[in-house]
Amino acid sequence: MQYTLSILVENQAGVLSKISGLFSRRGFNIDSLAVGVTNDPNVSRITIVANGDEYVVEQLEKQLNKLIPVIKVKRLNDGDFISRELILIKVHCAAAKRAEIIKTVEIMQAKIVDVAQSCVTVEYCECANRVNTLIDLLKPYGIREIVRTGTVAIDRGTASVSV
Amino acid sequence: MISGAEIMVKCLEAEGVSVVFGYPGAAICPFYDKIYDSGIKHILVRQEQNAAHAASGYARCSGRPGVCVATSGPGATNLITGIATAYTDSIPMIAITGQVRTDLLGRDVFQEADITGACEPFVKHSYLVNKTEDLPRVFKEAFHIASTGRQGPVLIDIPMDIQENEIEEFVYPEKVNIIGYKPNTKGHAIQIKRAIEAISKSKRPLIVAGGGVLSSGIKLKFQDFADKTKIPVISTMMGIGVMPSEHEMYLGMLGTHGKAVANRALHEADLVMVCGARLGDRAVAAPHQMSENTTVIHIDIDPAEIGKNVKTEIPIVGDMRNVMNMLIDSIGDFTVPQEWRETVKAWKKDLYKTPPVFDGFVEPRTLVGNLSAMFRSKAILVADVGQNQIWCANNFRIREGRFLTTGGMGTMGYSIPAAVGAKFARPTRDVIVICGDGSFQMSMNELATIAGNNLNIKIIIMRNSRLGMVRELQDKNYGGRHSATILQGDPDFLKIAEAYGIDHAEASSNEEAENIIKGIVKSDRPFILVCNVYPDTPSI
Repeated sequence: MQYTLSILVENQAGVLSKISGLFSRRGFNIDSLAVGVTNDPNVSRITIVANGDEYVVEQLEKQLNKLIPVIKVKRLNDGDFISRELILIKVHCAAAKRAEIIKTVEIMQAKIVDVAQSCVTVEYCECANRVNTLIDLLKPYGIREIVRTGTVAIDRGTASVSV
Repeated sequence: MISGAEIMVKCLEAEGVSVVFGYPGAAICPFYDKIYDSGIKHILVRQEQNAAHAASGYARCSGRPGVCVATSGPGATNLITGIATAYTDSIPMIAITGQVRTDLLGRDVFQEADITGACEPFVKHSYLVNKTEDLPRVFKEAFHIASTGRQGPVLIDIPMDIQENEIEEFVYPEKVNIIGYKPNTKGHAIQIKRAIEAISKSKRPLIVAGGGVLSSGIKLKFQDFADKTKIPVISTMMGIGVMPSEHEMYLGMLGTHGKAVANRALHEADLVMVCGARLGDRAVAAPHQMSENTTVIHIDIDPAEIGKNVKTEIPIVGDMRNVMNMLIDSIGDFTVPQEWRETVKAWKKDLYKTPPVFDGFVEPRTLVGNLSAMFRSKAILVADVGQNQIWCANNFRIREGRFLTTGGMGTMGYSIPAAVGAKFARPTRDVIVICGDGSFQMSMNELATIAGNNLNIKIIIMRNSRLGMVRELQDKNYGGRHSATILQGDPDFLKIAEAYGIDHAEASSNEEAENIIKGIVKSDRPFILVCNVYPDTPSI
């Protein structure tokens, strides 16, 4: 089972290592992790996507809550939140294939942000599934490099995670 | 103007600290220079790990956080085992370490170690202080965190320049406000109600008591509850002492090294109320063995412990003190059905057996069993780790005193330094150490601390010239191949005692041992009794 946790933490040194250390120490696996400051400069928000059964997630939430700099932990419910990842993909692009690649990028509503003699760089900001689809579509042309952020996620509607 | 080091001392004074255990070094020298003139007593141990264990013993007997101090680098890393031991046993502790100057941090200079990083898995929280101004807040928060909620060690790492820098004035904060730390201490009323209903319906209820009952200071109320309801009680290793051993409804310690009747009670109970215990693997090796039809009520201050090891129907998150008061208020006149009481009484008769005696040796289980009666009723027994721990846990007839040992970490060498701490916390009580010849040698350097402070601690060494517990394991699981478990080259412990100026004797029979002990209980000097124990004496 994949789940997404939103964690509000005090914005201070060492918090990230406390949290990542907790995962490795207790044998929990992280699929992705993203950190950034919130509207309150003293508070950062960490979004973690991880795998595990119900027992593991519950333990994880409780153990995270025990860390002193952790202010709040919320498990986002499937389908009730919007999630995004940002990816930059450098694709091998022979002149003959350029039109094909541009078409694919347009269909996926991605963007070409850099062009060189033999390659293009595509920027895409979408949920993890769509990002994976784009990667699959571009793979046949030859992917030279991928940089990808962790997932960030926010509740749909009026629900929110705040201090 | 006031320096960081003076602020550190003032913070300790503001927290009512009267004694700290430590070992100096360059990076903590500014602090040592200031504590020298203060009213706080500093006890010099002989290795930093023992400062942490002494702080642990002190905390457990005083109910207040114990404080240990060490320098940077090796001083700090030596503390780790003691900190980890306190962490697993939920002991409130403040560990203060010196650190290299802030401008040298991260440059691998002499005696630099990333101690906050190294201790990460073993502390409740840690601070690396980078501004002298922060010291009062950090100390206030550290004491608050260590002593509230599920108690535990907090590390404060203080670079040398932070100790030296001066600020305008010292103001100790009155309140703490840590946004991410608001432990829930009040039990949920609806869950309490559910628990009461379940208890009232039960035919064979049982209480499993852990260290939480003792650390919340609710022991007597807890005993009232058990007395009133007649619910039988078993305890974990950390919970030993929640009831007098001879209480008619107390069936001893549970678990792989515990009493058969305690495990039997756990198996046959239809309702188990777990109080302040985490039920580690040594307590309940196979949680599914608890009968399918057993209702489990789990009371713990730490929500993460509930449901972690044992499936729980009724979780109650809260301090045992509050929850126990609420339970007493609402239990009404419930008492356990007569049939279950009779069963328990019959089992109680089997609790202590008389083990066979080997000529020319002390039978340790019998000796431990008779020990309590020779000392005053509030005696503190500190057991080390190994066979001696199991002998003590299962046979010491505790009355109103305490049983201290390391339950979670099982750290050899704990008993002597922990007894030092216990003695400083409770100077008027009898303090007894029981250790093996293996564990004694892990901390016998602390005899200097005992002799130097003339601490009235009676040390009983169970000498079998073996690492008995591992040897037992080798007999059981490794075909009797005694790899590295025969202690060769042991010193003459009597001469060691003599070298430290500590009174001593040797016994090779129970009669001899008991006569010696009877002769020394009244003395106010430390004593070492070496008991020769038959090497094949089993743990249980």
